[in-house]
Amino acid sequence: METIQTDVVIIGAGGAGLRAAIALAEADPGLRIALVSKVYPMRSHTCAAEGGAAGVVKPDDSLEQHFNDTVGGGDWLTDQDAVELFINEAPKELVQLEHWGCPWSREDNGSVAVRPFGGMKIKRTWFAADKTGFHLLHTLFQTSLRFDNIQRFDEYFTTDLLVADGRVQGCTAIEMRSGMMHQFQAKAVIICSGGASRMFPFTTNGSIKTGDGTALAYRAGAPVKDMEFVQYHPTGLPGTGILLTEGCRGEGGVLRNKDGYRYLQDYGMGPETPIGEPVLKTMELGPRDRLSQAFWHEQKKGKTIETQWGDCVYLDLTHLGEARIKERLPFVHDLAKSYLGVDMITDMVPIRPVVHYMMGGIHTDINGAAGLPGLFAAGECACVSINGANRLGSNSLTELLVFGRRAAESAVAYINGGDKTVDAGAANDRAEASRARITALFQKSGGGETTSGIRREMTESMESGAGIYRDEESLKATCGKIAELRRRYNDIELHDKSNVFNTDLFQILELGSMLDLAETVAASALARQESRGSHQRLDFTERDDSRFLKHSMAHYQGEGPPRIDYLDVTITKSPPGVRDYSGDHK
Amino acid sequence: MSLRQIELEVLRYDPEQDDEPRFQKYSVPCQEEWVVLDALNYVKDNLDGSLSYRWSCHMAVCGSCGMMIDGEPTLSCKAFLRDYGSKIRVEPLANFPIERDLVVVLDDFMSKLKRVKPYLIPKQHKPIADGEYRQTPRQLKLYKQYTLCINCTLCYAACPQFALIPDFIGPAALALAHRYNLDSRDGGRAERQEEVASHEGIWECSFVGACSEVCPKSVDPAGAIQQMKIASTVDWYLERLMPWRNK
Ligand SMILES: Cc1cc2nc3c(=O)[nH]c(=O)nc-3n(C[C@H](O)[C@H](O)[C@H](O)COP(=O)(O)OP(=O)(O)OC[C@H]3O[C@@H](n4cnc5c(N)ncnc54)[C@H](O)[C@@H]3O)c2cc1C
Ligand code: SF4
Repeated sequence: METIQTDVVIIGAGGAGLRAAIALAEADPGLRIALVSKVYPMRSHTCAAEGGAAGVVKPDDSLEQHFNDTVGGGDWLTDQDAVELFINEAPKELVQLEHWGCPWSREDNGSVAVRPFGGMKIKRTWFAADKTGFHLLHTLFQTSLRFDNIQRFDEYFTTDLLVADGRVQGCTAIEMRSGMMHQFQAKAVIICSGGASRMFPFTTNGSIKTGDGTALAYRAGAPVKDMEFVQYHPTGLPGTGILLTEGCRGEGGVLRNKDGYRYLQDYGMGPETPIGEPVLKTMELGPRDRLSQAFWHEQKKGKTIETQWGDCVYLDLTHLGEARIKERLPFVHDLAKSYLGVDMITDMVPIRPVVHYMMGGIHTDINGAAGLPGLFAAGECACVSINGANRLGSNSLTELLVFGRRAAESAVAYINGGDKTVDAGAANDRAEASRARITALFQKSGGGETTSGIRREMTESMESGAGIYRDEESLKATCGKIAELRRRYNDIELHDKSNVFNTDLFQILELGSMLDLAETVAASALARQESRGSHQRLDFTERDDSRFLKHSMAHYQGEGPPRIDYLDVTITKSPPGVRDYSGDHK
Repeated sequence: MSLRQIELEVLRYDPEQDDEPRFQKYSVPCQEEWVVLDALNYVKDNLDGSLSYRWSCHMAVCGSCGMMIDGEPTLSCKAFLRDYGSKIRVEPLANFPIERDLVVVLDDFMSKLKRVKPYLIPKQHKPIADGEYRQTPRQLKLYKQYTLCINCTLCYAACPQFALIPDFIGPAALALAHRYNLDSRDGGRAERQEEVASHEGIWECSFVGACSEVCPKSVDPAGAIQQMKIASTVDWYLERLMPWRNK
């Protein structure tokens, strides 16, 4: 087996992974950095982010306000030390990106422009038209090309972490073009492998978002945190799940039910605001969890419109006019027109809530250190707890930057703090075991299960049992179903026996990741007997701070369901309060 | 939901098994609003798990799923079945070596991207604490179009020059160099010229314009190359005829 000796391996070359790689390269030009990704960096799903990245820059804004919006938006399940650090470092990171060439949209005087976003009381979202993530990703990728010590391994599929003597000492990955297993022996590993929303049937996430990195950390013994918090974005295109950015509402778009009525006013987000004059943190600029939940109620009342792709409400942008739509929202204008045949300049667009983002992930401290020595994580795969029970739109892109860099810096500090020599023999044994597992898949025949079949059953069960609203019965059913599917998973047969770009194999491995994580979502949700943020229980409708002002921690238990225990939330200055998104809040 | 039966004729090639590429036919029950990628996914999930192709975002921004569809370089996630007949031919992007089935080898493209130094080489250094560089909307507009490239390489598959001379740096990479050259914050044009104005650079382009026609993001690489040729010609005159200008 080919062995790559390096100092730090980064798994994932999206926004978080690239930011980490650049930070490592800048910290020490002599450091050997291996950047491993199952797709070319610019294909990473960060490219799909549309709306923007939050950071305080304007004179009317303050760090304190960003702090309050984020903590309240997360329904007090955020760690306040992490949030504080995040908002402090956010503006610097966004300026840094500007210095690297990011084409941010501008004011007439040449300063960066900001737009309103849901749940934010002040306009503070930097944007590059409606392709912010795309520009962020390409700017980072192109900047990374300056550094010769970032060695890329594009289209390498990571399969396992190498853990020896209680320390993470590298990983294994399959070179997709040859099918050859490689081992990366390293002093530290940073996981930046993105989210896992593909475990649901209707999602804004690309096919690569299967939670592989989170799953391999979990299996290696690092706990995953707050997995029950799954964000539904209120405005997805029916059929495809393509996102219409929150920027649509930031620019003044409104939601209407089948009678044309702006129903959000009935769910604590009113009174109705005048058309064309959006008011921050009110009505359409309420947070995502509330908006998606309001949809569910409208559906129950029969106020949604039926379409061939399920029930919808309308996003109405017609009052914005052609010029503004084409300047500020050109991409989504094209998307709605191409994929749904609706021109948002003249017509209302049918939309419905769509699974978008995992608040939970690999538990890390505020420096990005995960639950095993030598292991770090950042980005959507991680849970440093700035998002709590509900992420505010546009905090995630900034999070990639802030914590991508921090994880890199703490990996450097870790490496320099004492002897981190790799135990080559032990690492090699682990790597051989990983290879044997793949070889066994190639040799096995029979079984009768299919990847697509099990995947379909998993996604359906997640939506029906662990969706926008949940209860004990639905969650128990889903826990049972996922446990069953995990057993049946072993009977999937690999039909494609080629070594070259074997997507049949990679889909099996991805499904394995999703099943393990799906089980943590359902089990954590079942155990949390309260409603908070995106986790809404029909049988426990109130937030219960006395029992659940705590992070859920899921620990891997092999074939059985995860063990769940709890970790205290860090509260520094904002005691749990009421989330008020009515127009009366001041 | 109305169904429509489509016959996909897909190029297959596994270097471990096949001496040469072959075509395989699949009859796929499709929904009216599907794109070609949906039909391929149907094949993968239901008919033949061994079919290999790249895709991710399904919203025309990750750049993974470029293929020849009925002979035209196209993103399969934006190739609507309604625009095609009942028989559709799908092949890997032209002008690239085939890795397997619809997957092509991208090493050459990736190295060309790097060669043109596609990153900001600042005109003047500015500490982060001093905030952002000022750039007016008008200055932004000058280069914005050239930032929109998703690296899908459709333009390379369409380019007759690249087909003849594989060393040609090619449309997307040159357009990216142009993007940075035009950025008011950048001072790196002279450094990029070494590659851009070399014999493998802009002068190789015969201005057929096929690249701009197939570009799904309206980047207009042909226009970028044309503008660079003019700028380089001006450079040449300035150097030769007015040498004192460089002093
Ligand atoms: C449609 C959409 C719009 C969004 N809009 C916004 C927005 O406006 N503002 C905002 O703040 N947030 C937004 N988000 C959220 C945000 O974009 C994501 O959370 C973020 O981009 C994730 O970045 P990442 O670097 O963590 O992961 P990704 O960019 O997903 O990258 C993951 C990387 O991990 C690699 N990887 C995964 N598994 C493996 C494996 N097994 N082996 C090797 N490599 C692997 C992949 O190849 C990839 O390089 C949006 C999300 C979506 C889906
Ligand atoms: S210039 Fe256009 S066609 Fe060429 S790679 Fe970029 S987006 Fe694709």
